[in-house]
Amino acid sequence: MAWHPVAEAEALSDDEVVGVKIAGKDIAVCRAGGEYFALGNVCTHQFALLSDGVIEDGCIECPIHQGRFDLKTGQPKGPPVSKAVDVYKVRVDGGRVMVELDEGSP
Amino acid sequence: MSAGRRIVIVGAAQAGARCAEALRAEGFAGRIVLVGDEKHLPYERPALSKAVLLGEAAPESTEVHPRAFYDEKSIELRLGVRAEAIATSAQRVLLSDGAWLTYDRLVLCTGSRARPLAGAPDLPGVHTLRTLDDCAALARALAPGARLVVIGGGFIGLEVASSAVKRGLAVAVVERQDSLLERVVPRAVAAQVERLHRLNGVDLHLGRGAQRILGQDRVTGVELQDGSVLPADLVVIGIGIVPNTELGEAAGARSEDGLVVDEYGRTTLANVWAAGDVTSHPNPILGRRVRLESWQNAQNQAIAVARNLVGQERRYAEVPWFWSDQFDANIQMYGLAGPGDAVAWRGDPAGGKAIGFAFAGGRLVFAVGFNMGGELRLARRLIETGAEVDAAALCDPARKLKDIVSAAAASAVAPAA
Repeated sequence: MAWHPVAEAEALSDDEVVGVKIAGKDIAVCRAGGEYFALGNVCTHQFALLSDGVIEDGCIECPIHQGRFDLKTGQPKGPPVSKAVDVYKVRVDGGRVMVELDEGSP
Repeated sequence: MSAGRRIVIVGAAQAGARCAEALRAEGFAGRIVLVGDEKHLPYERPALSKAVLLGEAAPESTEVHPRAFYDEKSIELRLGVRAEAIATSAQRVLLSDGAWLTYDRLVLCTGSRARPLAGAPDLPGVHTLRTLDDCAALARALAPGARLVVIGGGFIGLEVASSAVKRGLAVAVVERQDSLLERVVPRAVAAQVERLHRLNGVDLHLGRGAQRILGQDRVTGVELQDGSVLPADLVVIGIGIVPNTELGEAAGARSEDGLVVDEYGRTTLANVWAAGDVTSHPNPILGRRVRLESWQNAQNQAIAVARNLVGQERRYAEVPWFWSDQFDANIQMYGLAGPGDAVAWRGDPAGGKAIGFAFAGGRLVFAVGFNMGGELRLARRLIETGAEVDAAALCDPARKLKDIVSAAAASAVAPAA
């Protein structure tokens, strides 16, 4: 496991999200209620990047079919999504948002 | 109110499957039978005119749930059988295999079918697109280099046109009205879609309907109302859909361009409910009755009905949402608008990324986005709340949409508080 810088903390305001690619993984990094979150960026329903969607009520919503995932747990909040997205540990260090990733897995 | 012990759902497509799923999710422990006349597991239709038609996605990818889901949830599937009649006093449904199913509650999710073109011959090479089987047949027929004439400039026809161009066919679209998408979007929006299709080489014939489909052993062309002939190796008829109201009507349910239901999904028959394409339902946000032919309505009205069946008394009230993918454009819409509505743009639609707004009395009633799914979604709340909104600000790309929406929502809430 290792920590990777993914964004400047100041670059994200509340309810904003950016998509990044780290170690081959698509990750959505977002801020809500002053907290930062990192989740798998690809919707588990059909292909779409969650970072093109919106953050609302503690969830990230897919731009294509509006499937919602809990920011903290990655759990789906109802149809059409039934499978969770991965969630990653996040910390802010020296003004940068850092995400913890396992290098080994693809 | 108790849902009783046996719920029969007629129609095993997206709405029926979502209704059954939601019943279990809400804790309903009685018997659920899902009846459908197609042999396939319940599936969603959007990809049938796009990724599945082009072979980019497998037909199975459209399934609402894998087969194991129905076993796990004890949802009985009766596929490949039609519901022929409802005996309302005995609360039974007659199936085409002769079986009777007794219900405590019945849900009609019978959907809709492709509207037939009057006088169209049953010739090889003439297709419609509604079901997975239709899709497989059309996919086999889409040979690169062939000439395709699409009759009907609505969403299904335009998506087929887009897919066929990608496949390398020469494509013409014939539309009786002067504008594409006449029934569903303002003309200023239709004009952008028209531009998109012309840019991609589609031969558009507007203001002239198809008069006759030509051919002896197979289709050879389409004759237009002005007498001109478009040669064709393949014809797709996409002139809309017709709600499958007959089963409910024959049992005495009121039907006015769709089975009439209330905001909870109840038909005018005791213990009979309905959801999806087949319903004419009141939309409290729009303040009028609508029949919606959409993925959103099939899923969410069915879920709302399931919740009401277990006694939750929840009104179904959502801003209608629709999307289409054509060429490189993802087109999404919230709300409803008429052909004559004026449209104000945020961004330049000719540039491929823009949002168009339509207003009524200072309030937003409709928003359409070209390749702007995420941002467009923010406009939903404006339509939902009916807040007064500054059109000039919405159309100013220097202003963040998020800020405008938050400000308008706050001002809408304030007077009520």
